[in-house]
Amino acid sequence: MEHEKQGFVSKYIFSFDHKMIGKQYFTLAMSMGFIGGILAVLIRLQLGFPSQPFPFLENLFPVGMASGIMTPEFYVSLFTMHGTIMVFFLLSLLPVSGFGNFLIPLQIGARDMAFPFLNMLSFWTVVPGAIIIIISFFVEGGAAASGWTAYPPLSAIRSAIPGSDLGQTLWLVGMIFFVASFTMGGLNFVVTILNLRTKGLRMMRMPLTTWAQFIVGILGLLSFPALAAGALLLTFDRSLGTSFFLPAGIFIGDTLMPHEGGTPLLWQHLFWFLGHPEVYIIMLPAMGFTSDILATFCRRPIFGYKSMVYAIWAIGTLSFLVWGHHMFVSGMSPFLGSLFVVTTLAIAIPSAVKAFNWLFTIARAKIQFTSASLFGLGVVSLFVTGGLTGIFLGTNATDIQLHDTYFVVGHFHFIMAGAGLFGAFGAVYYWYPKMFGRMLSERLGKIHFWITFVAYYAVFFPMHYLGVSGMMRRIYDPNVYEYLQPLQPVNLFITISAFVLFTGQLIFIYNYFASMRRGAPATSNPWNATGLEWSTPPHPGHGNWEGEIPPAHRWPYDYSEPGKKRDFTPQWEA
Amino acid sequence: MSSWTAGAAAPIDAARTSSDRRHINRLGLLVALGGITMLFAAFTSAYIVRSGGGDWAALELPPVLWMSTALIAASSLTLELARRAFQRGSLPSFRSWSAATAALGTGFLASQYAAWLSLNEAGIYLQSHPKSSFFFVLTGVHAVHLLAGVLALLALFGLAAAGRLVPGRSDAPTLTAIYWHFVGGLWIYLLAVLSLLG
Repeated sequence: MEHEKQGFVSKYIFSFDHKMIGKQYFTLAMSMGFIGGILAVLIRLQLGFPSQPFPFLENLFPVGMASGIMTPEFYVSLFTMHGTIMVFFLLSLLPVSGFGNFLIPLQIGARDMAFPFLNMLSFWTVVPGAIIIIISFFVEGGAAASGWTAYPPLSAIRSAIPGSDLGQTLWLVGMIFFVASFTMGGLNFVVTILNLRTKGLRMMRMPLTTWAQFIVGILGLLSFPALAAGALLLTFDRSLGTSFFLPAGIFIGDTLMPHEGGTPLLWQHLFWFLGHPEVYIIMLPAMGFTSDILATFCRRPIFGYKSMVYAIWAIGTLSFLVWGHHMFVSGMSPFLGSLFVVTTLAIAIPSAVKAFNWLFTIARAKIQFTSASLFGLGVVSLFVTGGLTGIFLGTNATDIQLHDTYFVVGHFHFIMAGAGLFGAFGAVYYWYPKMFGRMLSERLGKIHFWITFVAYYAVFFPMHYLGVSGMMRRIYDPNVYEYLQPLQPVNLFITISAFVLFTGQLIFIYNYFASMRRGAPATSNPWNATGLEWSTPPHPGHGNWEGEIPPAHRWPYDYSEPGKKRDFTPQWEA
Repeated sequence: MSSWTAGAAAPIDAARTSSDRRHINRLGLLVALGGITMLFAAFTSAYIVRSGGGDWAALELPPVLWMSTALIAASSLTLELARRAFQRGSLPSFRSWSAATAALGTGFLASQYAAWLSLNEAGIYLQSHPKSSFFFVLTGVHAVHLLAGVLALLALFGLAAAGRLVPGRSDAPTLTAIYWHFVGGLWIYLLAVLSLLG
């Protein structure tokens, strides 16, 4: 068949196939994550060995590490770009844009997404965004340096810090590309899930992964426009002399800025109206993956399916009502603050529902310990740890003490970054056979898990103690304060653990690429799982199913039914 | 499926029937309009917050905005006539009404430009005071959305000229009309915000 030969460009570059687009997002997100990881290593280098010279690094960063010592300006750019890259270009792109595109049509029994062209367009919109973000390191003044939250006045006044000049401009441009891409993707998710489910697949028969992606699509569509609005107003403040966010009386050096009347708090409201739903955009897919993975490897129906779905809805809804808990120390009215405390702690209820449902699914199950299920259990562990510390930060009385300390850094690296990352790893180990038709090495996968799990706790758990001891979140050199000097051994320990954590990821990268060629060939349903995606051939082609799309006769969690010989009944069997 | 093993040369339409496709396209448009609504909701809340600032000053809206309003209202009417003509299968009538719509839309943009010029002549610029800043931002972002509508109309002409608009089958005129009416309604909303709040 002559049609089978297809050009490299239409197959790998400008593909319309949701699976290829998903893999393109994978490649992009993993590359960005690798860069973000290197930035983290550099941050830890400075905190572990404050202001010590590393002459060989001068060759790599002639400005930021002139004579081998990191400049404060470079340090600020590092954590800004680490946060930006990890939050948006790894933890949003990989689980949502990557896995969402790859899995949704497979799990709902559709040949492709609703709008394949829009899908391709959304990938090729985020690519320039990523390139611009990376390029911003190499412009005069360096990359943006106002934190991933880009608070004005620092982000709004070009002369405030070197990174606020061209670097911040490129940051805003890159983010606008990202927002455009992500909202296009969310639109595709929502319409696809509502319209293209196969026969018999009622909404309440969808896997929890698809449920999570559905709510994530809605959250993205409703929250990212607020960031777009804020970014536009910030651009005007930076370049066109307006004063949306800039109050009167700002001095930079000896120069009085001409702005008056604006309020930096307005940016915080607009940013966090996006920013808080964003953390659930990262978390919800991880929760979905974990539910599907734990059910499969515990050989049990997920406990409380309906309550899981309602919990996803509740978390999605509440996520729009809690943004003020990022602003307790901004001078907001304590009464308003109390309201945000109530909504924030209310989120603990659906979150606890999910955690308990996982525990009930695991309880007394004969768990098959695969790389995927280990990472799934890791999500539960990190989610509980991070959830408990969240209570201290969500309550304004304790947050006022802990705000902007390393306690916060520890907290969100557990619940949002860590659980999101572990969820994504679990998902890769679980669905890799469907992506590449081959199995990942389980041995390397387990080594990867244990290094990552232990090193992750070693890096981020001690940060809570640093925070309680008063170490500030964005500090360049803690040793300038006498009372922080005794903490230096802890910082050194964290830094060494961070190096181990980073090195451990190289095992994953090796496994991921080596298994594409050398992994054991996968069968179409290697885990004896029940979801519709496992009814496709081992390496499904364009259109996903060769013949008719199978209908769904049941929900995707029929494991270990009493009286049946086989311990699972796939969704597509009557 | 000849491209089965080869990956993706052409997009696969996952919709099972053309009425499914129509439903999908309309839902996609409505979801997109939801996103645009949130964009302007964010601008509105920023406007309300900022109007509490001490330096907020009233802004007399240029009278030419009433002309803009009349033009955009008329354009919704003509596009509705165009859409109905299309559904009746009367392509010539569709072409002339949608041409009138594109002209009225362009007239709206020109009228908005006149409003900006008249403010400039009165010495009021983007950065003059917060309300003028919001005026230029809101009208500017809205104008970009209307421009997208004009481009959609031009694309319709292209489709019609290529013989690819088939009454009873093509839904593009209806999609364009939904978007256009939305952008028209958005203008009425913005006018209300600008004249009633602050």
